[in-house]
Amino acid sequence: MSGAKSWLDRAWSGLLWGTMAVFVVNVAMLIATVATNSLARRWLGTWLPDGWTVNWYVQAWKDYQLSDILWVTMEVVLAVVLLSLLIGVPAAYALARRDFPGKRALMLLFLLPLMVPPMTYGIPLATVLYKAQLAGTIWGVILANLIPAAPFVILVMTPFIEQIDPNLESAARVFGAGTARMFTSILVPLLAPGILAASLLVLVRTIALFELTFLTAGPDSQTLVVALYYAVFAAGVRAPQSIDAMAMIYMVVTLVWLLIALRFVNPTQLVSRVKEHPRVAA
Amino acid sequence: MNTQTSALARAPFDRTLLLAAPATLFMVALFIYPFLYGLWLSFEPAKGDWLANYHKFFTADNLWPTIWTTLKLALPATLINVGIALPIAFRMRVKSRYQRLITTVLVVPITLGTVLIADGMLTYFGPKGWLAHLLELLPFYEGPIRLTHNYWGVLISLVISGFPFAFLLILSYITGIDPVLARAASTLGASPAAQFRHIYLPLLAPGLAMCFCLAFVQAYSVFPSAVLLGAPAGPTRVISLAAYEAAFEQYDYSLASAIAMIMGFVQLIIVAIVLGLRGLFYRGPVVGGKG
Amino acid sequence: MKQDFSELRLDRVTRRFAGVGGKAFNALDELTITIKRGEFIALLGPSGCGKSTALNCIAGLLPLSGGTIQLDDLRIDTLPPESRGFGMVFQNYALFPHMSVERNIGFGLRMRGVSAAETTMRVANALKLVQLTGQEHKLPGQLSGGQQQRVAIARAIVIEPPLVLMDEPLSNLDAKLRIETRAEIRRIHHELGRATIYVTHDQDEALSLADRIVVMKDGVVQQIDRPQQIYAQPANLHVARFMGYRNVIEMDVEGATGDCVELRDRGIRLSGVAMQAPPGARAMVAMRPEEIVVGEGPQGRNTLAVRVETVEYGGRDSLVGVVTATGARLFLRTAQSAAPGDALSIHVPAERALVYAPTPA
Ligand SMILES: Nc1ncnc2c1ncn2[C@@H]1O[C@H](COP(=O)(O)OP(=O)(O)O)[C@@H](O)[C@H]1O
Ligand SMILES: [Mg+2]
Repeated sequence: MSGAKSWLDRAWSGLLWGTMAVFVVNVAMLIATVATNSLARRWLGTWLPDGWTVNWYVQAWKDYQLSDILWVTMEVVLAVVLLSLLIGVPAAYALARRDFPGKRALMLLFLLPLMVPPMTYGIPLATVLYKAQLAGTIWGVILANLIPAAPFVILVMTPFIEQIDPNLESAARVFGAGTARMFTSILVPLLAPGILAASLLVLVRTIALFELTFLTAGPDSQTLVVALYYAVFAAGVRAPQSIDAMAMIYMVVTLVWLLIALRFVNPTQLVSRVKEHPRVAA
Repeated sequence: MNTQTSALARAPFDRTLLLAAPATLFMVALFIYPFLYGLWLSFEPAKGDWLANYHKFFTADNLWPTIWTTLKLALPATLINVGIALPIAFRMRVKSRYQRLITTVLVVPITLGTVLIADGMLTYFGPKGWLAHLLELLPFYEGPIRLTHNYWGVLISLVISGFPFAFLLILSYITGIDPVLARAASTLGASPAAQFRHIYLPLLAPGLAMCFCLAFVQAYSVFPSAVLLGAPAGPTRVISLAAYEAAFEQYDYSLASAIAMIMGFVQLIIVAIVLGLRGLFYRGPVVGGKG
Repeated sequence: MKQDFSELRLDRVTRRFAGVGGKAFNALDELTITIKRGEFIALLGPSGCGKSTALNCIAGLLPLSGGTIQLDDLRIDTLPPESRGFGMVFQNYALFPHMSVERNIGFGLRMRGVSAAETTMRVANALKLVQLTGQEHKLPGQLSGGQQQRVAIARAIVIEPPLVLMDEPLSNLDAKLRIETRAEIRRIHHELGRATIYVTHDQDEALSLADRIVVMKDGVVQQIDRPQQIYAQPANLHVARFMGYRNVIEMDVEGATGDCVELRDRGIRLSGVAMQAPPGARAMVAMRPEEIVVGEGPQGRNTLAVRVETVEYGGRDSLVGVVTATGARLFLRTAQSAAPGDALSIHVPAERALVYAPTPA
């Protein structure tokens, strides 16, 4: 009987590891394909290309004006990170520390943008921005990207603030710290890890967010994802290798930030501070 | 000083609440207002009565089937992502030397982005890609398999881009459950399977529901990969694509808004069903009935 | 899974952990004890001495690094916890937050496939035993600490386990509730008639509850004995210190006849009983504050002249800190009034001055 059980156990274990292996191997091959192609002189249906070159990167850089695009991407991403922290962290503080009528409705308001497809509000938003003459400008792109980013900061920071003992703030006040001093000397240092985690995650998400930028960007305010989409969509004009070169640049940019994020944030602790145990207390 | 105190006593307003004001105003201005504007716009068609757009959507042959096309992609993709992420995350819940390494490896595809995945799949799964080469080595391989420019291509790309996210979220929910509870259950005679069934699963239910919703939104808004990897004229003509075409190819913002509203409505129905199921799941234990 | 047993034998049970710098250390070092049906055993020691480790090893929550555990003729140390069938009360109760009191208590029965009717009946009995009838539909979060604690006990005993394991079950309760629940635990133990292993760092708890006490330090068993023995005859200086022998002074050994040892430190002479044979040139003498009395001993023996330094009023008596002519500080409890600066004679009966081999402090 115990033999049968351990056999089942091992089969289950094998299935899980097998699934993971298939996933990881295929993703790795996929990345390797793109990488190889971006460095290939000519690659037509053989295992490996005829020769190697970095010319596609040079060409992609020139053809797609990557320096401009990267610059715009950086501006957008930094602005989104800073602004989402600026409005998200105080809101998270209020939600974490206070109970007030309408709190649930407010939480819903902040959760909804994450629960509704970006297209649903992106299309009307694009028309509104167009009327406000913001469509196609970098500010329009930043505003659009803030809609999911700010709620995301609130979602990550609220449980983080909840687990900081409010007595620490009271203690600071008792010992004579005013609101500003309390904020700078107690809260900011305690919140720093959470803020860092939230900003890195917003950063990675914003680089990758396609729909909203796609709907609101103009020719001068494209970010990397959107430029990449247009490049692939209009394929045939350009060599596929230079598109792959651009894709690699995109991946490296995001990967660097994700790896930095993972150094500071244990992936297992992203939301584990969320009290998702059923609310049992009366 | 004195007047100030008495003024405060009269109106004991908690100034901390003001901290939530900027975010609230921002969401109202840039989320609620456009949303309501879109709703209003959808009832102001270019021609016809106020319901003309909705009438058009549910009668046109290239519009209303997009709902099913999208659901047929998004539901299986979400089920696969959550269904595979759950047991793997459960296995990874114990802190070990490999936990961090494996989670990092599994999470990396988040950085790829849909466009890169689509681009890579076109080459890798293509008729002359490495996968075809590998499969040709197998004795029983006959004919090319087609994994791009059809339903499967889009589904695979949704799994590649969606799985890491579902895994990360579920893992952090699972590790947030006090392992002492499972230990207590084990001393009471619960096998690992029973511990999962009676302790982890009910405690995870809210997190799983949340994860399902977020993963579903991601899959349901599928757009670039449906265009690049699918057959956007037919089997993978998803609803986002229909909305985009209405807005930016036909410049019919009213119709586009109507499609966007329908899209949001279907999404909210799915969310409501999931949250309702979670409630069902829960009520048993909470009330403490039999069985 | 056994329902009843006559004895549980632990043989050199050892558990190693990776300590600082990856160096392994024994959190539990060769624990050997045989526990009989009906016995109440307390594992006593300071925090970090390996009590929980020992309990978790017995429960099966930690694999052993060495040794064996046998329940009668069944070797259980290789079984997973769910196959051992012991009941356990956790320090923070570990009640399932999503289950009502009733379902928490019935959990073990459901896992054993007991019928619904019987489960209801046995849960009702358990609720009565812990005096929680009427609370069955509440969730753990709606109960007070003391009630949660009793649910945890009910959950562990309703399966009628051969052995109940408790890990500092009272440490989260306030002082009054702690004393009440202590009596209840003892009563439930008797009603159940099986064995209990109880982990605590509180010597009063161990003394009042246990049939036998296992005193531990740094993973090593120091003494296994009845409470009276542990209290009056600590096996070594660690046990003595832990059991309230607050006055410990180092002295020269003058001579020994049988158990009786003569000690001297400059002008002071004391005779005491050797607890560890044989003392070398130096020895430590340990005395309880309660057993030092004010006044001269018979024929002036074991009497010290001291000066009062501190007086701590404690209601029925006071804790008086005194200093001897040689500068040693001692504490004694006395109902007599004393004031700092007073000169006193104190004496300790020779059989209550316990002599141990010197150990590094
Ligand atoms: N999982 C573990 N890994 C490493 N060391 C541990 C672990 N659990 C306990 N220890 C160490 O073992 C020693 C005994 O711990 P424990 O049995 O919990 O003590 P206590 O007597 O307070 O219950 C302590 O030094 C503790 O730090
Ligand atoms: Mg302990």
